[in-house]
Amino acid sequence: MSTTEPAVELHGITKRFPGVVANHDIDITVAAGTVHAIVGENGAGKSTLMKILYGMQRPDEGTIEVNGAVADLHSPSDAIARGIGMVHQHFMLADNLTVLENVVLGAEKLHGIGAGARRRIQEISDQYGLGVEPGRLVEELGVGARQRVEILKVLYRGAKILILDEPTAVLVPQEVDELFANLEELKREGLTVIFISHKLDEVLKVADAITVIRRGTTVASADPREVSARQLAELMVGSELPVPELRESTVTDVPVLTVEDVTVRDATGRAVVDGVSLTIHEGEILGIAGVEGNGQAELVEAIMGMLPVESGVLRLRGQDLVGRSTRHRREMGIGFIPEDRHRHGLLLESSLWENRVLGHQTRPPNVKGILIDRAGARRDTERIVEDYDVRTPGIDVAAASLSGGNQQKLIIGREMSGEPKLLIASHPTRGVDVGAQSAIWDHLRRARGEGLAVLLISADLDELIGMSDTLRVILRGRLVGEADPATITPDALGSLMTGAGEGSAA
Amino acid sequence: MISNLLAKSYARTVVAALVALVFAIVVTSIVLSVSGFNPPSTFQAMFSFGKQPDSVVNTVNRAAAYYLSALAVAIGFRMNLFNIGVDGQYRLAAMVAAAAGGAWALPAGLHQLVIILVAAVVGGAWAALAAILKVTRGVSEVISTIMLNFIGTGVIAFLLSPDRLAVKVAGSNNIGTKPIASSGRVPGISYPGSDLKIYGLVLLAVLAGLGFWFMVNRTRFGFDLRATGLSQSAAVASGVDTKRMVIIAMALSGAVAGLVGMPQLLGGSYSYSLDFPTGIGFTGIGIALLGRNNPVGIAFASLLWAFLDQSSQILEFNDIPKEIVAITQAAVLLSVVVVYEIVNRVGRRMDQRRVAAQLGEVAA
Repeated sequence: MSTTEPAVELHGITKRFPGVVANHDIDITVAAGTVHAIVGENGAGKSTLMKILYGMQRPDEGTIEVNGAVADLHSPSDAIARGIGMVHQHFMLADNLTVLENVVLGAEKLHGIGAGARRRIQEISDQYGLGVEPGRLVEELGVGARQRVEILKVLYRGAKILILDEPTAVLVPQEVDELFANLEELKREGLTVIFISHKLDEVLKVADAITVIRRGTTVASADPREVSARQLAELMVGSELPVPELRESTVTDVPVLTVEDVTVRDATGRAVVDGVSLTIHEGEILGIAGVEGNGQAELVEAIMGMLPVESGVLRLRGQDLVGRSTRHRREMGIGFIPEDRHRHGLLLESSLWENRVLGHQTRPPNVKGILIDRAGARRDTERIVEDYDVRTPGIDVAAASLSGGNQQKLIIGREMSGEPKLLIASHPTRGVDVGAQSAIWDHLRRARGEGLAVLLISADLDELIGMSDTLRVILRGRLVGEADPATITPDALGSLMTGAGEGSAA
Repeated sequence: MISNLLAKSYARTVVAALVALVFAIVVTSIVLSVSGFNPPSTFQAMFSFGKQPDSVVNTVNRAAAYYLSALAVAIGFRMNLFNIGVDGQYRLAAMVAAAAGGAWALPAGLHQLVIILVAAVVGGAWAALAAILKVTRGVSEVISTIMLNFIGTGVIAFLLSPDRLAVKVAGSNNIGTKPIASSGRVPGISYPGSDLKIYGLVLLAVLAGLGFWFMVNRTRFGFDLRATGLSQSAAVASGVDTKRMVIIAMALSGAVAGLVGMPQLLGGSYSYSLDFPTGIGFTGIGIALLGRNNPVGIAFASLLWAFLDQSSQILEFNDIPKEIVAITQAAVLLSVVVVYEIVNRVGRRMDQRRVAAQLGEVAA
């Protein structure tokens, strides 16, 4: 670590929004020439803090010091003037412009827009080993290369302190390694990187120092050489983590869902689900592991009838599903916890009891004939709120008012009602707090014990291994391997997911 | 408390509408002052003319047509379908229904019912054309319904000829469909102090409003309709067949549009002639917006609109251009959209904060 004065020092930063405190008493010291990670759960206040540091929000209390001098940041241009640059999680690049044009856009005064700018970009790219070609069109670039363009944009504007907001969220593992190599290079050249993430393994790999944020304040500093991912996670949530695990097997030999040689093509004719076959039995949780975008979402949508199946057989307890509508499949006993609850699971502006009806609008207790049974639906919503511990002041509030974990508990309660035979659970604990996570696992275990068949899709490998009776690996739309959840480690499963190890692993 | 008030969506609507109205009066006053007229006396003149019995009857009759038109638009809006073709739908429906009513001799009771039914079917079918194009070929309903308005105008011009469905109107150069016999007419309602009558079928508008409310809020179909409008992706995942919904909702919207001309046709003109009112379909779009697609809101909006239209007629006697009222209407419309959005956002944020406060959570 460097011994010079800190690059950034935050003291007692407090930010209140009317009615809530987003940040309070934040103290962070970032040493120059290091990669400093800031970790915390979703909603812990990381984004607000970064907005303060980048001049997008003004703190109500506290001081910011940059390179030893107190900085009063009114806008991002103040921050840029002091050498602070931000690489956003969502890229802000114009696809139909070249790299050069994207970089100079808004910074035309620095080196012009012609040869001078091109030379400067090439210099920066060579200096930090970014491998950026100024003449390429951005639309031709992959995700990793685009991110390097974003980093270059910030460097071009003279940043010495880089804020990277969840930079790995959009990258595949190889690209993550490349990014980390780039960060090493930046560090070697004396730059400071502030790295926001909640992926703890990555943080441990890349960071020189770690600050943990919980409920809006800094709760701990950690040395990455001394803590484990699990300890960090516990610091983040402030309590011991629940463990995903199943007790004795409840798997029977009664098949519930049979998928035989199912193929789904996208609009361009590419097979996004390619000859997939699997069977889930009563009392069985079948987990599908795979890097996101390898056909899991499409497989789920095909089973739900939201995407047409090109060929193959889908059967629920012996009854053919192909050709039946989504509604009919739901009525036959499929519960569905969608991956994106805001897009597919909820009507955010509607009340909780109306959301109870959603997806079950043809079945009691929600309807009587062609009419909505308001009393019945409301009563049953009260039951779900009670049984699933949905924290809410009432069932008439809008779904958008609840926290993510409580929204998810409502969805799970809803999808478990009406005695489903099959539950499709896509990322059931994504973005929920620890308490909700452990409750959701309990519900899955109980339902499995009662004979429910579950298709579990998750990016959380611990969850996948701990909660599955059977594990299959999906890669480029094909099921490429099978793993025994009792013996496999997350690392081994991870390499199966990228295609590193073919066939079955034991 | 403001926060409790804004927690209810109907309260948000009322607040937004009132703010918009005040804003519109301010804008109109400014325009009047700049043009050299005295705003208070102008409003005074409009108001005292508007409350005369004849004006009240005209306002109510006009509002009924506006109401049905806005209701038709609102059915589509509720699921993010834009039926811009209400204008063509009601005119074509009124023309065909008038021709049918004039041609067929039926006993009273049945006669009116058949005419109204024909109008609903024609309006629904005309709108369904756009829906079919949308679900089979992906044609935007905005484009197709606008184009169907023009085609409708052409079809009416073709059919409304002495060679086909029209006859000469006695004592004028006008032509129209054969007048509907007295068995097919609907008697008006007297209003004290006026020789004019309120169309009997104003009640049809009331019934349609009640039906709309019931359908949207109480039936499974209405739930699917609202769910599709709020989040199409969530509706699809819940099992709603959106293609089917598009066709049914559009046909329903067109059927209600078909009723727009009925109060006047069966209560006053008895025949569809060249001077049958036009443009009500477009007015309906604005009124549906102002009334937030809510049957009660639309009722107030239609009455306001009709009142402004009616009372503006006095302005020309005072040498004030009556177009000033168009400025008022435009200001109401423009500001209500903006104000509603603001009020809604504030209300929603308050709602979230209230929930967080009640649960004692730290929101970030």
